[in-house]
Amino acid sequence: MEWETVIGLEIHAQLQTRSKIFSGAATAYGAAPNTQACAVDLGLPGVLPVLNKEAVRMAAKFGLAIGATVAHRSIFARKNYFYPDLPKGYQISQYELPIVAGGKVQIELEDGTHKTIGVTRAHLEEDAGKSLHEDFHGMTGIDLNRAGTPLLEIVSEPDMRSAQEAVAYMKKIHSLVRYLEICDGNMQEGSFRCDANVSVRPKGQREFGTRAELKNINSFRFVEKAINIEVERQIDILESGGKVVQETRLYDADNNQTRAMRSKEEAMDYRYFPDPDLLPVALDDAFLNTVRASLPELPDAKRRRFIETFAVSEYDAGILTSSRELADYFERTLDAGGSAKLAANWIITELSGALNRAGLELGASPVTPQQLGGMIKRIDDNTISGKIAKQVFEAMWGGAGDADEIIENQGLRQVTDSGAIEVLIDEIIAANPQQVEQYRAGKEKVFGFFVGQVMKASKGKANPQQLNDLLRKKLQ
Amino acid sequence: MQNKTLAELATGLHAKQFTSVELTQMYLDRIARFDKEINSYVTVTPEKALAQAAAADTLLRSGRGGPLTGIPIAHKDIFCTDGIRTSCGSRMLDNFIAPYDASVVTRCYQANMVVLGKTNMDEFAMGSSNETSYYGPVKNPWDLAAVPGGSSGGSAAAVAAGLAPVATGTDTGGSIRQPAALCGITGLKPTYGLVSRYGMIAFASSLDQAGPMARSARDCAMLLQVMAGFDARDSTSLERLVPDYQATLDRDIRGLKIGVPVEFFEQGLDAGVEQVIRDALKAFEARGAVLVDIRLPNSKLSVPTYYVVAPAECSSNLSRFDGVRFGYRCQEPADLLDLYRRSRGEGFGAEVKRRIMIGTYALSAGYYDAYYLKAQQLRQLISEDFVHAFKQVDVIMGPTSPTVAFNLGERTEDPVTMYLSDIYTIAVNLAGLPGMSVPAGFVAGRPVGLQLIGNYFQEARLLNVAHQYQQMTGWHQQVPPAFAR
Repeated sequence: MEWETVIGLEIHAQLQTRSKIFSGAATAYGAAPNTQACAVDLGLPGVLPVLNKEAVRMAAKFGLAIGATVAHRSIFARKNYFYPDLPKGYQISQYELPIVAGGKVQIELEDGTHKTIGVTRAHLEEDAGKSLHEDFHGMTGIDLNRAGTPLLEIVSEPDMRSAQEAVAYMKKIHSLVRYLEICDGNMQEGSFRCDANVSVRPKGQREFGTRAELKNINSFRFVEKAINIEVERQIDILESGGKVVQETRLYDADNNQTRAMRSKEEAMDYRYFPDPDLLPVALDDAFLNTVRASLPELPDAKRRRFIETFAVSEYDAGILTSSRELADYFERTLDAGGSAKLAANWIITELSGALNRAGLELGASPVTPQQLGGMIKRIDDNTISGKIAKQVFEAMWGGAGDADEIIENQGLRQVTDSGAIEVLIDEIIAANPQQVEQYRAGKEKVFGFFVGQVMKASKGKANPQQLNDLLRKKLQ
Repeated sequence: MQNKTLAELATGLHAKQFTSVELTQMYLDRIARFDKEINSYVTVTPEKALAQAAAADTLLRSGRGGPLTGIPIAHKDIFCTDGIRTSCGSRMLDNFIAPYDASVVTRCYQANMVVLGKTNMDEFAMGSSNETSYYGPVKNPWDLAAVPGGSSGGSAAAVAAGLAPVATGTDTGGSIRQPAALCGITGLKPTYGLVSRYGMIAFASSLDQAGPMARSARDCAMLLQVMAGFDARDSTSLERLVPDYQATLDRDIRGLKIGVPVEFFEQGLDAGVEQVIRDALKAFEARGAVLVDIRLPNSKLSVPTYYVVAPAECSSNLSRFDGVRFGYRCQEPADLLDLYRRSRGEGFGAEVKRRIMIGTYALSAGYYDAYYLKAQQLRQLISEDFVHAFKQVDVIMGPTSPTVAFNLGERTEDPVTMYLSDIYTIAVNLAGLPGMSVPAGFVAGRPVGLQLIGNYFQEARLLNVAHQYQQMTGWHQQVPPAFAR
């Protein structure tokens, strides 16, 4: 039988506010345990939550960016359950009236076609603390620094049909929240994490199959692997005549398998009800208009503009706009006046390669966009060849200064004086009579030998096009 | 001395007839002498109190004292106090010392009041007789066989017996007004949102409101002046100007339209209490007020509505008491579940557990619509009754409680009868309105309270009407004979 996979994602994006969603404690990552938790975060008796306006603004920004409805009135609710890292015994979340409802995003599939994925809702909630099970001799340590950190939970429609689509969607949201500067997207630190609802059904069937929820998958790679292995598991069960059980499953990356965490029967009754400590969140049009006006150019629009304005290929434009930093780097490189096509190539291949090798983020690149642009301008005006440019790039990477300085100091200026090139050609021809014979006898391959020799004699600085033309003339 | 009003004490302090240290010492002595019988305090803080009194005296000597500088106060043990144990009447918090003051406590400190200690209360404010306290019941100063009412029974009894000139209380379903009535003092529950709830241990967040408990309407006005006002730390606190509550106390009440709800005089009301209330209403009439019969048709639903809403909220509010970070923790927990079960099982008393269970049930999947949602709808109807009534009348009056103080142990086995003791007060909390109780007479030697209900933010009007009543009658000046010495 042919099976169809159905996937919906719940993404938790940590909002990069300075303070927590309901208290004034800092949200910075990595502090010593329990040093960033105030009385409110600790759930001490009598303390009360006060909503962080910045978190609301960020959620509204996201809603407007995906063309969703940002609610004029949304409500915080309590999700009740006991866990040691949940200090109040309830999580403040949104249930019936979330702040964002009904948006959509476009993803690009491998064959180049586009697909629209619906976003059912996005709601604000507080994060819990962390339970640390190691290093406490069989006891559990609790770190409440993360408790109360603002999260935006983004819930998709079950619109994805493969692990690849799920990854494309997740990457899209990842790029979007970073464009909007509402989440740093750091998956290692857990600022961006995801649960996946996965089911399979016979192709053509309308009803959804029974789903499993895969918890806390913390990298793009794991999302793909976890979904694929879960789909395999479900198909195996169905094909051997079994039934998929609705349950929560945990992905074990080490063994590449999913295992049951709790079944539907064990599912908790969270007893949601409106939090009486918080008033409904009322947003007026004036506020939403201010937020709308603050939206940056979004990835899709930027990509179209790059294709239309700079004539870069669709593929290159996709890569360049995959993050706001990269797109900004590209545009700042162009400020120096060089060709867009060259700039795109250099950024996508040489710069990205060098950064990868050095394990650096773009923001830490030793070569600034101004420097790269300056170098590209010199390729454009024939001061240096593409080959010499690699040498210049390496020197810039090593901190030797701007392209012009390096070209000057290391004497890398391209030789475009045909007289000087002719002198070199004459010398080489004179020194290699045998090869001249071979060439003239029709052995075309020998031409490359002469190009190499002359280029070597010019220390690589001869303009390659000129060298080719002159050499052909002389060898005739 | 202990029978003086706050205004008289303030005059004496400012005129240097006595010092705050002397006044404070007098109350500390009385507490030492009488409180073994009454049990109104859970914690007394003599050293802190005397130090604060000495500081107040310095201010008074330099002429920089305010209206309440150097006046002692007792706080209900539900208000967190930095450095002083806050038990909330529970074994669960027997070891809990908050690292912060409740906003109400801060405001009293800022007024340079002197904190005598923390008063006894029903556990987590759940009770109408002060018998659910981990620290034992409080006795009614008018009759030690009787309950003082609850949950602010310790505050009410302390003020009635002259063990504090004034006290703070909280009122979720009548917890200021009912003990005020049963102990023969004056108490006011403000409009929801007037007084900050920050640092006040939550019972039912949408109903809880702090207020003053004192010997007169004027005393209540003076303390409310300090307690009321916006607090950025409480999202439900309202940003609006606080009027001068004493400025309007003397306004004439001629022509005042008093609504008398028919439903408050139906079955269940003790005949003696009814007579006292009818007499009080007559006194108002004689003063030129007009009595208008009104109907609050949904008020009979207020007890069942309340006993869904309040337990639902408390079941969630009390989840934080889990033995993990503070408060009571059972010995040698075997695992996490055991830690939760025994810490909560041993830390909470029976009434608290009963309400947590009711609330958990009411919020459960499949029951939410039938209970919690329905209760919210009823709450709306109950509120609308008052909106309608206040189109016709200025204030509403009736009994605070259907009976006078009952005997200790009399109702502990019958929670529903106990719950009915708040039948006239609960609707006011559900609607978020201000309400008061003022002493209006006695039945068999036990005090009767007259309840005054005002429209939203009409505290000044309530205090004015109550004050006028206290100008006509002397009920508020009666003191329990056993503690008059």
